[in-house]
Amino acid sequence: MISSIVFINHKGEILIYRVYKDDITRSETTQFCAKIVATKENKECPIINIDGTSFIHITIKDIVVLATTKVNVNVAMTLQFLYQLVKVCRAYFGGEFDENCIKKHFVLIYEILDEVMDYGVPQIADADLLKKYIQEGGLKPELMNDVEKLKQLTSQATGATSWRPPNLVYRKNEVYLDVIESVNVLMSVKGTILKADVAGSIQVKCLLSGMPECKFGMNDKLLMQREPRKPGQTTTDKGITIDDLKFHQCVKLPKFDKERAITFIPPDGQFELMTYRITENINLPFKIMPVYNELGKNKLEIRVKIKSIFEKNLFATNLAIKIPVPKNTANVNTNSAIGKAKHEPDQQGVIWRIKKYPGDFEALLRCEIDLGSTTNQQPWIKPPISMEFQVPMFTASGLRVRFLRIYEKAGYKPTKWIRYITKAGEYLHRL
Amino acid sequence: MSRPSASTSSSNRSSRSRYGKEVKELQDALNQNKIESKRDAIRKIIDAMTRGKDVSMLFPDVAKNMETSNLELKKLVYLYIINYAKIMPDLAVMAVNSFRKDARDKTNPFLRALAIRTMGCIRVKLITEYLLDPLKESIKDEDSYVRKTAAICISKLYDVSPELIEEQGLLKLLENLLNDGNAMVVANAVCALLIVQESKGTTMLQLNPYTIQKILTAMNECNEWGVIYCLDALAMYIPEDGKEAEAILERVSPRLNHNNPGVVLSACKIMMKFLDYLQNPETIRQNALKMTAPLISLLSLGKEPEIQYVALKNINLIIQKRPIIIEKDIKVFFCNFNDPIYIKLQKLEVLSKLANNDNIQQILHELKEYTQEVDVEFVRKSVRTIGRCAIKLEKAAEKCVTALWECLKTKVNYVVMESIIVIRDIFRKYPRKYEMILKDLCENLKSLEDPEAKASMIWIIGEYVDTIENADSLLANFSENFKDEPANVQHQILVAVMKLFLQRPNDGKELIHNLLKTATIECENPDLRDRAYIYWRMLSTDPELAKKIVFTERPTISDSSYTIENELLDKLIENIGNLSSVYTKKPESFVKKLRDVLNSKIADKIDDVYDQDQLMEGRPEDYSDQQGGQSTVYENNYDTSSQIQSQIQQSQIQQVSQKIDLLELDDNQPQQQQQQQQQQQQQQQPQIQTQIPTQSIQNIRIPFAEVLTAITPGSQTQIQGLSIEAAFQKNGDKIVLDLKFTNKTQDKTFSEFGIKFNKNPFKLQPDTIEISCQPVFPGQTQIAQLSINTNGPALEEPPQMPYKIQVALKTNLDVFYFFIPMSLSVLFSSTASITQQKFIELSQAQNLARKQEVLQITIDPQRMKEKFERNYFFLIGARKDERGVELLSYAATLVNGMPLLVNVIHTQTAINLQLQVPHPTLMPLLYQAIGFILTLN
Repeated sequence: MISSIVFINHKGEILIYRVYKDDITRSETTQFCAKIVATKENKECPIINIDGTSFIHITIKDIVVLATTKVNVNVAMTLQFLYQLVKVCRAYFGGEFDENCIKKHFVLIYEILDEVMDYGVPQIADADLLKKYIQEGGLKPELMNDVEKLKQLTSQATGATSWRPPNLVYRKNEVYLDVIESVNVLMSVKGTILKADVAGSIQVKCLLSGMPECKFGMNDKLLMQREPRKPGQTTTDKGITIDDLKFHQCVKLPKFDKERAITFIPPDGQFELMTYRITENINLPFKIMPVYNELGKNKLEIRVKIKSIFEKNLFATNLAIKIPVPKNTANVNTNSAIGKAKHEPDQQGVIWRIKKYPGDFEALLRCEIDLGSTTNQQPWIKPPISMEFQVPMFTASGLRVRFLRIYEKAGYKPTKWIRYITKAGEYLHRL
Repeated sequence: MSRPSASTSSSNRSSRSRYGKEVKELQDALNQNKIESKRDAIRKIIDAMTRGKDVSMLFPDVAKNMETSNLELKKLVYLYIINYAKIMPDLAVMAVNSFRKDARDKTNPFLRALAIRTMGCIRVKLITEYLLDPLKESIKDEDSYVRKTAAICISKLYDVSPELIEEQGLLKLLENLLNDGNAMVVANAVCALLIVQESKGTTMLQLNPYTIQKILTAMNECNEWGVIYCLDALAMYIPEDGKEAEAILERVSPRLNHNNPGVVLSACKIMMKFLDYLQNPETIRQNALKMTAPLISLLSLGKEPEIQYVALKNINLIIQKRPIIIEKDIKVFFCNFNDPIYIKLQKLEVLSKLANNDNIQQILHELKEYTQEVDVEFVRKSVRTIGRCAIKLEKAAEKCVTALWECLKTKVNYVVMESIIVIRDIFRKYPRKYEMILKDLCENLKSLEDPEAKASMIWIIGEYVDTIENADSLLANFSENFKDEPANVQHQILVAVMKLFLQRPNDGKELIHNLLKTATIECENPDLRDRAYIYWRMLSTDPELAKKIVFTERPTISDSSYTIENELLDKLIENIGNLSSVYTKKPESFVKKLRDVLNSKIADKIDDVYDQDQLMEGRPEDYSDQQGGQSTVYENNYDTSSQIQSQIQQSQIQQVSQKIDLLELDDNQPQQQQQQQQQQQQQQQPQIQTQIPTQSIQNIRIPFAEVLTAITPGSQTQIQGLSIEAAFQKNGDKIVLDLKFTNKTQDKTFSEFGIKFNKNPFKLQPDTIEISCQPVFPGQTQIAQLSINTNGPALEEPPQMPYKIQVALKTNLDVFYFFIPMSLSVLFSSTASITQQKFIELSQAQNLARKQEVLQITIDPQRMKEKFERNYFFLIGARKDERGVELLSYAATLVNGMPLLVNVIHTQTAINLQLQVPHPTLMPLLYQAIGFILTLN
């Protein structure tokens, strides 16, 4: 099990130090800080064994979050726990997680650390739940003496539906569904697709009273095959093939395994219902077509044509195409019909930004690059062209939500809202 | 937290006095009545503590504030106390009363749990005793939140005072928590039992079908962390048979869709282990393929890199055991431009394992792309991976060589050097096949800074002295700095020049002469000098012989990507998701027992002074890249060779027992305990001692199996608490049943035992129904032995696998039904009735079932023969085939007259068996029996 949890800044100074088991000394940790964190060696491997102590760490911007252990601990669990811990902290600090926050709220962090782990064993690391009984500045004294309330809290903390408090009441019952997809593509120099996948997630914001049982349906091929066809109904949607699904802990997994039905009692408020991964039949929203020319010893030309491949009535927003240029670039002349392109030396590239981009449309950017003279004889190693964008109401996977049924004793009719958006993940084209 | 030492304090008086003033201020603040000022003061103290300053002198002032009703303040005080209680045990006693009071708070379960949780962290023996009462109460607390905290607390206190915890029966209470109605309590109890198990070194979590069901049920209801402990506990279970394994897999496989990667990997661990117990290849395939998508999802973009790293390490193991799981999806293992270096290196490792003739083109294309990147380590490993593919796939070797050729042409220094090293291996594997690249190789002689690359290049020149025209001048150049070169380069120069001389005497004459002179006279390296001397003498006595020796045929090298040996691999598979899988090492090679660590700590006085002399051993790479560092694996094996021996034996026994039956052979612990108890009883009751016949040394002794657990209720009055272990034994020519009764109740006495067998195929029945055995008092163990005859009623069905006899046991309190497993070896008749003539007749008969089996076991042939003979497995004949392999024919007769025939071929590492039996169901039983005979004593 885990011996201690430590927060360290990039200089190797300890910000938070909580020991759970006696088998570790502070000096072992300070050695790690001095020799690994301060020297940036931690970037080289997340799991390091020094003298029989294993140092398992993650790096969030400038902060190293470390778990130490001397035993053969479940390291996948440990890493996930560290990430979960950071998530909990962020939830308390309004999304922030940096040295200032940690220093400012260190008492609260110690209190959280006491609750999320006991004797090196992860316990409860759910921010919404923790917030109910751990608060900065202590809980209200009224709560401390309310036997019923307390009982409710503990049974929620250890119950089968620890993610949802009982007896919630909303005047207006509403559910918001967001289907968010990131498209990851790597295209070769010639434009063949080397790999492409969609990492999607379904975010739910739930404002529902009582203990609703939800059933969620989408155009998943396997699920649709199982459903009996209604007579007279003809559907052209054959469904899509989903490689893999991962669910929030509220989803009843055995039921999914048997019937492929997604049923759950949702947590209150915002949560990620599921994530999924798709590699087949992906609709890539953009095609990139670059041409690279060396026009002499000190001059390059890169032409990039992009083409949107989605319906005309849709729009992509916030496009940013990054075209890499060599380090010794002195000047870049750009020329394009739409958007703005600018050489940004700190990014080592030309960034071409377009606010709004219609469907089924082509645009061209021409960059003439003047190179400064350099002593470095090594050829330029060309990083890939990358692209950022968002396409609302479009899914690269073709996924569609088919239904969200909600059953509750009270029998209310909730309002449901559904949004789709496709974003660029790592959208790369080799140059 | 370093304390200011005396020497620094005098030289640094001003800061010390300022420090003293600060302490004084904090003291004052703590002693005020206002909560706010107290809270501020203690915040400052905790802050100082975090930064490593010593604030222990404030202990009395801080501890005074424990009794506050302000929960936030209380938590801060507790945090402080946990930190310093160890070095101030006397003062820590002050805290006890507050804990006892809080643990009994009526209203607030959080307060009760906080007290229980914190007091467990105060690891002072003195205090433990006072904490037992509140702890016992909290185990029965009405609130599940308190109970789950209490479960963990028992394991904490066990690490402080094991004796006390055992004496007070707390472990029993912890075990009872497995029956708790709340899933999270069960999960924490499982976890706590495993912690105790680890420090105690004996089985604490009894895994049997009953507890397995409990854990499976709890798993459905607890949170994600609880699911992981449940899965990790399940992974330790050895299923009875394929059916049970399949049933558990069905419950586990849905977890693969959990979004916590810890859950996914732990589920994979169980699946990988249990697949070994399934028989139907199609079921195995289907279950294996269930893992594919979830494993690949762990690598999808946007997943945390550290988790991807662990996933890659584990995938690397999984595909070595069951390649089918990831066959097609090679693209996920292509490196992304922004991947951290540790992920890129692991991906290359996996890619080289997945490479086959169908996908090599695609992989090579990627690898070539990588060789143009910036990171030197990554580029070098990419080149090396191309080489590995060439060696692994003969058909694709040419493509790989072409790719390396292109690498040579880049003229980038480190790419060229790595390519040369790799090409050397390819030349060794495929001699004289790719001479076309020699020319380009020879153009890169100037930039070889890396000694290995240089040595490789020289080796290549030596190998091709006949083809490379200017080999003599090249080697002459290399020899110029001979004395300053590192040892491996010197060696290669010597060998290459020797080859030159032997092939082209005229060109090499002068060179070899000078070189041998330098090497023998001026070099200090004894290896080099000796080699030079030997060459010299060979040349002066018999140059032809020298030629033969120098150009002797070398063993071919093979692909080293499958180097993890099976035994280690299986062990690592059991550790999927754990550190062990990341280090590619067995857990015992990097884990010290907690108790040892604690003891050594106490010796170190637990002081937190920085110890600068404690230098780090080994850089992280030593652990991160195990494939490259095979030597560490070897070293480990070497270090623990004796351990491995015993493990091998154990695992073999296990293999036998797992495949066929579960006799809980690996579970020595309860037996040890019972042996102790047995000894005690033997002293008390010598008459029983005489009843236990001295087992004839001849027969193997079948180990006891637990046939009735203490939690199985009786059939009439539902009484629990009687545990029985039993084993059928062969004793001379008689069959006996050894029984061991253990009374685990607190207040009941079992006596008046009687036994009856259900109908069974071999007509076994006890001579008498009554068992002569003393009454078994609470906590006691008694042993009894029964003679068995074969005149009972027959069951007209062939014996099933595993072969068990159903038994009804009557006691004064209740009747119990259970099964006793039996080894077929017990049923071998003691008289040899099969002659050579009969053997031949029988083995030619049509109605015998035949099967080939292999027993993976290392045993001396003589010992094997002895063991067979002693267990009534008679040698009928022996003959050698044309290759000189000895074939032994053995036969045994069962008590009902059925013949069993076996042909045995003994090899170094295994025994090949050809089994012939009258009925197919006897096949596995016979295989099991042979396993027992050869592995047990």
